[in-house]
Amino acid sequence: MKRLFSLLLIAVLLVHALPFSVSAAEETVTINVYNWGQYISDGTDDCIDVIDEFEAAYPNIKVNYMTFDSNESMYTKLKAGGSTFDIIIPSDYMVQKLIEEDMLEQLDFSNIPNYQYIDDSFKNLAFDPGNLYSVPYTWGCVGVIYNTKYVDPADVGSWDLLWNEKYAGKILMFDNPRDAFAIAESKLGYSINTEDSTLLSLAAGELREQKPLVQAYVMDQIFDKMERGEAWIAPYYAGDFLLMVEENPDLDFYFPEEGFNLFVDAICIPRGAEHKEAAETFINFLISPEICAQNLEYLGYSAPSTAAKELMDPDFAANPIAYPDGETLSGGTAFMSLSQRGTQEMDSLWTMVKTADTATTVYLILTVAAIALVIFLWIFFKVRKRNRKARRCAKWKTAQ
Amino acid sequence: MKRKWLSGPYVLWMVVFTLIPLGVVLYFALTDAATGTFTLSNLAKIADYWPIFLRSIWLSIFATLICLVIGYPVAYFIAHCKPTTQRLLQMMIMLPMCISFLLRTLAWVALLDDTGIINNFLTSIGLSPLPLIRNNGAVILGMVYNYLPYMILPLFTVLMKIDPRLVEAAEDLGCNSRQVFARVILPLSVPGIVSGITMVFVPAVSTFYISQKLGSPGTILIGDVIESQFKAAYNPNFGAALSLVLMVLIFVCVGVMNRFTNDDEESMVTL
Repeated sequence: MKRLFSLLLIAVLLVHALPFSVSAAEETVTINVYNWGQYISDGTDDCIDVIDEFEAAYPNIKVNYMTFDSNESMYTKLKAGGSTFDIIIPSDYMVQKLIEEDMLEQLDFSNIPNYQYIDDSFKNLAFDPGNLYSVPYTWGCVGVIYNTKYVDPADVGSWDLLWNEKYAGKILMFDNPRDAFAIAESKLGYSINTEDSTLLSLAAGELREQKPLVQAYVMDQIFDKMERGEAWIAPYYAGDFLLMVEENPDLDFYFPEEGFNLFVDAICIPRGAEHKEAAETFINFLISPEICAQNLEYLGYSAPSTAAKELMDPDFAANPIAYPDGETLSGGTAFMSLSQRGTQEMDSLWTMVKTADTATTVYLILTVAAIALVIFLWIFFKVRKRNRKARRCAKWKTAQ
Repeated sequence: MKRKWLSGPYVLWMVVFTLIPLGVVLYFALTDAATGTFTLSNLAKIADYWPIFLRSIWLSIFATLICLVIGYPVAYFIAHCKPTTQRLLQMMIMLPMCISFLLRTLAWVALLDDTGIINNFLTSIGLSPLPLIRNNGAVILGMVYNYLPYMILPLFTVLMKIDPRLVEAAEDLGCNSRQVFARVILPLSVPGIVSGITMVFVPAVSTFYISQKLGSPGTILIGDVIESQFKAAYNPNFGAALSLVLMVLIFVCVGVMNRFTNDDEESMVTL
């Protein structure tokens, strides 16, 4: 009895102590950070763990880190509601779309003094003209990664490699409409920001033609598949190639001659963020030259800040894939946000590309045959049953 | 019958987590994404996807039949073991279900990949690698592997309960072993076959992960389309319409199966 009483007492004390212990920690806030997969230095290979460092520097801010695999899935999650994020890191065209739909908070730059280190060429970009909503995180280009062991050097150089039947089943493709259409549009010589219905459907036709050759439509799985040699050719972001080549030195990269997408990923605070000030502290920490340099040296993506670049390993800062020269860069085009109609048209064309199906006659014949069989068997059993009943009745009658 | 209130919690559960969500699906399927007004256009758009419906149904039918062919002898064998062996074998069948479904499918990917374990072994002994993954066969294999326990367990339960005296009686009255099986055991195990088929077919036809991992872009199933409507395309209304049609199709398929086998059972039992 005594023991029970003391247990009860402890329980009561604990219940009372809980709220106290929370308030004693002086408002520990948790910020929800929503970023691309494999898009922050996480402490592997003796690199800096950015989030750990941040939590050590600001002990009353905890980071809850989550990842997405494409701008579109991030957008869906934001739109669907039910979860609040304090930090998101979308790409240029998505930032513009979010601004247009009034889904971002304006940033308070007095909380982000490190913004001064961002190069002027990365301020006031087309997607956020007054630079009110976003701070550039990284930039880079899309190009083609290929495995030198299997791919003939003569085939390399243009987007045509992704349509080359010699490598059927070994080609990967982006699993998001914007990047996939940009490739088809570049190949056909259209603008990657076109909203023209005819051009979009022609590009979709090109993608449909490519589909039988495609091993899979993937995003972050590209790492695993390319590193193991399961696939040989994949369009992807240049920075990620630099990560992959460390695992598989047979990989190589080129910027397609027809032109390619040049992107800027920017840090934003979505509407409804609960801890805006803490989020701004986090942004400020991310773009401080020391952290930015260490983080991006690991990621392989390019830094929008010369101050950070100067702190990097000079070999890396001179890498022509991370920091291509002006001539190469002239082939790059940035995405602009498409109108609602354009986005919807592209989305539905993309779904059709991914789900289009031609080999159906077999299934159609099978279905007709199966329905016929079911009907036949059903009638057969019905008839048999009736015959049996009739026979039994006849037997019974004769017995009488 | 008196204690009706005992089913109260379950009825509440059903209403809150089954009936209301079904109503929401219905609402979404019949309204326009932008305006929220009543429309049938979502359902009309489904016409473009009938080939995928057909393929999903066929691949699951094949998988179900294979499960039945593999599962029936296994269930029969287990039902005729000693109780201790039975428990052990039953546990062995349940064991894979303790591991996450996603993990089991990924393990198959690692086995079947072009650079996977099987093909690496084949190339190392000088054979040419086989196209094991990214075809219909691999998708069916994934379905069979994942859903086989759901076929074996109901069959086992039913076969266990068959009174051995019925078998003895049939033998006494001059049936050979083939006739005993065809006229006694098989008809009596029909309820197990029906519930086994239902329990394999229904999850198989709406699966989406297996086809993504083991299939190619050309073997996409209806579950994948539904998933993409919610995850990537952000068109929950069309996704709901697809789910609704899939649900109706499943009801029809299961209904046909049940009706067919009930009918069957009746005629067999009155032998």
